[in-house]
Amino acid sequence: MDSLNFDLAEIPLRTVNTFLHKEAPGQSVKKVVITNPDGAHNIAVGLDFPVDIEVVGHAGYYAGGMNKTASITVTGSAGTGVAENMMSGRVHVKGFASNGAGASAHGGLLVIDGDAGLRCGISLKGGDIVVGGSVGSFSAFMAQAGRMVICGDAGDALGDSLYEAVLYVKGNIKSLGADAQIEPMSAADLATVKELLAAAGMDHDPKDFKRVASARSLYHWNADANQEY
Amino acid sequence: MCGIVGLLVKSPALKARLGELMVPMLIGMTERGPDSAGLAVFTEPLAEGERKISLYSGLTDEGADFNWLGLGHELKEHLGIETKMVVQGNHAVLTVSIAPEPVKRWIKEHHPKLHILSTGRAIDLYKDIGTPSEVSNRYDFKHLTGSHLVGHTRMATESAVTPDRAHPFTAGEDFCLVHNGSLSNPYGVRRMLEPRGIKFETDNDTEAACRFLEWRLREGDDLETALQKGFEELDGFYTFLMGTADKLALIRDPFACKPAVVAENDDYVAIASEFRSLAHLPDIKNARVFEPAPEEMYVWTA
Repeated sequence: MDSLNFDLAEIPLRTVNTFLHKEAPGQSVKKVVITNPDGAHNIAVGLDFPVDIEVVGHAGYYAGGMNKTASITVTGSAGTGVAENMMSGRVHVKGFASNGAGASAHGGLLVIDGDAGLRCGISLKGGDIVVGGSVGSFSAFMAQAGRMVICGDAGDALGDSLYEAVLYVKGNIKSLGADAQIEPMSAADLATVKELLAAAGMDHDPKDFKRVASARSLYHWNADANQEY
Repeated sequence: MCGIVGLLVKSPALKARLGELMVPMLIGMTERGPDSAGLAVFTEPLAEGERKISLYSGLTDEGADFNWLGLGHELKEHLGIETKMVVQGNHAVLTVSIAPEPVKRWIKEHHPKLHILSTGRAIDLYKDIGTPSEVSNRYDFKHLTGSHLVGHTRMATESAVTPDRAHPFTAGEDFCLVHNGSLSNPYGVRRMLEPRGIKFETDNDTEAACRFLEWRLREGDDLETALQKGFEELDGFYTFLMGTADKLALIRDPFACKPAVVAENDDYVAIASEFRSLAHLPDIKNARVFEPAPEEMYVWTA
């Protein structure tokens, strides 16, 4: 039983997710193909074993959420909160991703070939995100740890209230959020971008990217700042 | 939460199947809006001097047993006009060949509980409480024909669950709007419009947006200019889908708080809150699927 196929036009998603949680980890399942996802929510959430999952079509909300060690590919687009709170493993969206992609991911790699919506990587806690297209406004808001590589443009308020996550942007940044600043690319940054692009299978020159990180001026309350940052 | 659906078809063959294609879209949004549903369908416009008025009798004492035939007789007797009426239980589409205002005034005076849903040369409007499936069956949505439509499934947050507070809302002629979200300044908008003689029928926040945009159109703004003023004046969360006699228009608030997805090909433009309402459409696998950006205007012409 190396490879299994589930057609969501025939089988309820709950049955598939229950199988992936309870039975599949103890069997030698290597690959699972899920067809006709048709925008269903919560496809392949909470997986906790190494397996390749291919979702053929468009996924709804929270696809691959809370993922641990599994490698999940969505051939179409993904709705709100794809790979949210991922712990490890990999989620790859070949189309676009809606709002809140990779929100609060602790680990693993989220790859989005197309554009990502607003709030991509919000509250990122250690995961890596590579976006082939552009990201919407408020991306990486309060991102604490981890890395984001954005090959297109960024919307308004990129990296607002950033902690220690680091963002790399190739295109235009419409505006930086409070306390986010553009910093010089070090050799280590170039190596990081190269490594993440290679992991995502994208071909760009790391030298074309800008580094965005926290100025850390919000780390301590400043009563004299008069709410101007 | 609410669900929004819209469909504009480009070929005559699909115009005949408009309702059939739309019903699964509406039912697909049941989880987002189980308490009420409605839609506005835009047909081939009537002649210049004719108007269609969609009426709802569910709030009258007679309900679905309302004497529609009697209403036709009364209109003939008091206003001296011939009317045509297409009746479906608690719903009727009345066609008149005079200016609609005297007719509507007479109806409001003599049948105050009869709810006027819409007026225009192209628009027919249906809305009621119940699940999208129940409402679709009640009015036989699957046999509707036309060039485009705007539909809504409601999970009420801002006002009570009643038929008149269901969406779409209308104002003026051949204009309707559905809303997913909640406005934070509907009473401010209302206080600005009421001194200008614009009357409100419910306490629903969406009605403020609908009347604001229709007022701008009536003041001479084109649709794009009116929508731009909407971005400036309407505060809160919204995905709005609007229909006019020949257009569908979609906007999302700057924070994109409420979802929308569009699928477009040579045969149709389909809009829904979520992809699951589009999955059944013909040749959807080859359609261009995209997420509309916040604070952008998307306008499609029938």
